[in-house]
Parts: sequence; structure tokens; C-alpha cells
Amino acid sequence: MQDFGQYTNIITTGVYGSAIALILIGLYAVLVKKHLTKIVIGLSIIDAGVHLLFIAIGYITGGTAPIFSPGNENMAEKMVDPVPQALVLTAIVIGFATTAVALSLVIRLYKHHNTARIDQIKTLKW
Amino acid sequence: MLTYVVIFSILAILLIASALYAIIQKDLLYAVISTGVISLILSVFFFLMQAPDVALTEAAIGIALTTIIFVITIRNTSRYEDEDSSSNLERF
Amino acid sequence: MKKVFVILLLIIVGYFLAGTFNLIPFGENRIAGNDQGEKVASYYLHNTKEKTSVANVVTAIVVNYRGFDTLGEVTVLFLATTGLGSILFRRKEDDEEVERINKPSSSLVTTGSRILFPLIALLGIYVFIHGHLTPGGGFQGGAIIATGFLLMLLSYKNFHASHKALTWVESLAGISFVMIGFWGLISSNSFLQNIPEVGQLNQLLSGGVIPVIYIAVGFKVAAELTGVLDILLNIKPKK
Repeated sequence: MQDFGQYTNIITTGVYGSAIALILIGLYAVLVKKHLTKIVIGLSIIDAGVHLLFIAIGYITGGTAPIFSPGNENMAEKMVDPVPQALVLTAIVIGFATTAVALSLVIRLYKHHNTARIDQIKTLKW
Repeated sequence: MLTYVVIFSILAILLIASALYAIIQKDLLYAVISTGVISLILSVFFFLMQAPDVALTEAAIGIALTTIIFVITIRNTSRYEDEDSSSNLERF
Repeated sequence: MKKVFVILLLIIVGYFLAGTFNLIPFGENRIAGNDQGEKVASYYLHNTKEKTSVANVVTAIVVNYRGFDTLGEVTVLFLATTGLGSILFRRKEDDEEVERINKPSSSLVTTGSRILFPLIALLGIYVFIHGHLTPGGGFQGGAIIATGFLLMLLSYKNFHASHKALTWVESLAGISFVMIGFWGLISSNSFLQNIPEVGQLNQLLSGGVIPVIYIAVGFKVAAELTGVLDILLNIKPKK
């Protein structure tokens, strides 16, 4: 993407604003909802928002992808920041592993209490 | 230049609309498909910000694998969100 | 009443987040050096071509410059698979056949998935072998191969990914990653150092030990994700 010119404010608000909105929507789902699967969906949405925020910080206007393909081997001055991309690569895989373990806990809890809502589990004592 | 702004705006509005739908809907199967749509739009965002490795990873892991483990969880627990809440039981 | 407090909290958090990120302009060039020295990202971008001969800078950072973090990530995936298997374990006495799918699939699905599975595996192996030349790498290729296994698991009633083979592949790949690290430690006093000589840019056999590490990571991630899906699909349903 080239230089934005007069639309810089709109693009800035759009990218940062949608990432912050995703984090807030996920946080609302974690705090208010009562069904365990919906809480795990909220955790997954918070992950997505944070990853978008990271990549948005590392972007440079007029930059290109950090790969030295044959033909443009002298473009080291015009590449975007590669360090946040390496961080987000790791973070996506670890987010998936966390979601998988959380869902296995939900399945196990359902088998024991026969319900998956947290206000029911507080009242069923054994 | 105007095309980039239009594409960005449409994708951002779709992203927030999918996220709102995913937490409001009571039928959990539709909610997890909305989570898959969030990963899809996020992958396009990563590509537009010149990060092809991250776009590939998000597309491979977020769209296929996360959706399937959510669907397996729904199969082994309840499908609707208000299935066994106490207000439902008191109706009988 | 609780919802009012939650919305108030979200407004405060959102206000402070937006105020912080207003101070970071979008798209500003922050990695050009100033008079206090060169920044880390600029060092990686300028020195990857000579020192490692790898075309993909993100691969060089993930495997070579920050290789220890990749070892940590592979460990976290292994721990997640183990934890999942131990939370959902089945005892030996109720080992009857679990019905994975209710109705038999149509012949279109079975024939199509039998044709598509080798092609998907080939695409996954291509992606992680060429991880240092094109966008891709071990994690992406492993996820693609796991998706191919998922297709086969969902179409056929009696397709089993044998646990013994998956365990062997995963263990061998993990051991070879650590052995490569120790080889670097013995040869030149630094864990995961790039020992063999680097070839030319944009050739398949370049970059020293970087493609070998990514091949090991690719096989390990594919085996682990397939194991996770196999455990989840074979849960005994409650009567």
C-alpha cells in the first residue's frame, strides 16, 4: 500500500479501532456470558484482536514483504518490520493449543455435571 | 487510493459485525462459524499489511482447525445456550 | 446491575487503550537508525542475506536468531497434546468401537477424499521444505497435513491414524531438533548455532541447518495436531 495522503486518519482509526473493538467484545463475552463454550469463544476473539494490533504496529507505509525474492535483492531499506511477524507466528499456534485444552476441560465438566452453564454448576453439589 | 480505503472500511465493518453476531447468537453452531469468518477476514488483513507468513498461519490454523474442535465440543455438550438454565426448567 | 458495571469497565479500558495507541502513528518508519546506533530489526534486515543466505527474513528470525523460542513453542504444543490426552482418557475396560459418524458417507465423498489426501499431504510437505525461500515454514505445512488427515478421518468409518506411528514420528522429530542444538553447542560453544556453510541465496540447499530444523518442526507439528484431532473425535458418547 502506498502513501495514504488525506485518508490517513480514516485508515488509522479503522485498523486500530477494529482491533480494540475486538478485544473489548471478547472481554464482554468472558465477563458476562454463562455458557462455557461461549466463554471460550470470547477468549478466541481476544486472541484475534491482539494479533491484529501487533501486526498493525509493525507496518511501515510504502513497505513491502520481508522476503528477498530473485529480482529484488536490494530492497532491504523498504521492508516492513519483521520482528512482530515472528512474534505473532508463535502466538497463533500457542493460542490454538490453549483453546484446545480449554475445550477438553469443558467436555470433561459436562460429562460430570450434565450441564455446561456456570450458574448451574455452582448449585449442584456432590 | 480510494479503492484501498473502501476495501478497508468494508472489511472492518464485516469484522465487527461477525464478532457481535458470534456473542449474541444463542445457537452455538452459528456462533462458531462466525468465529471462523473472523479468522478469514483477519487473514486478508494480514495479507494487506505485507505479512504473508502470518496470513498463511492464520488461514491454516484459525479457519479449519479451530472451527472443527469447537464443533466437536458442541457435539459432546449442548447445542443451545439456554438449554438447561433454571428459568427454562421452571416452566414445567 | 452486573452488566452496567461491566460496560463501565469496558469503556474505561477502551478509553485508555485508544489513548495509548494514539501516540503510535500508523505506518511511521521506526526502524531506520539514528545517531544512537542501529536498531534490532534493521540489523536483521541488513545482515540476513550475507550471514545466513536465507531469502525469507521471518524464517531466519524464527529459526536462527530466535531459535530458542521456537524450541519453547514446540514444547508448549507437546504439553498441550499430553494434557488433552490425559484429561479425556479412556479406561481399558470400556474399549468398544466408538461410532464416529452416524450415517455412511456417499461415494462422492469417499472417492474424492481418497484422491485429495495425497495431494494435500504433498502440498504440506512442499510448504515446509521451501520454508526458507517462499512464505511458509514448519507450522503452516504441519497444519495443512493435519487438515488432510482430518478429511480422511471424517469420511471413512474405520480409518485409524495409528497412535504408535504418530508417537514415533513426533519423538524422532523432537529429538533431532535438540540434537542439532547440541551439535552447535559442541562445535562452537553456542546452542543452535548455524554450523554448516551457507550456500548461495535462493537455492534449495542453502542456509546451513535452517531447512533441516524446519523439516523436523513440520513433521512434529503435523503429528501432534493429528493426535489432538484423533483423541477428540473418538470420545465415548454418554448413553
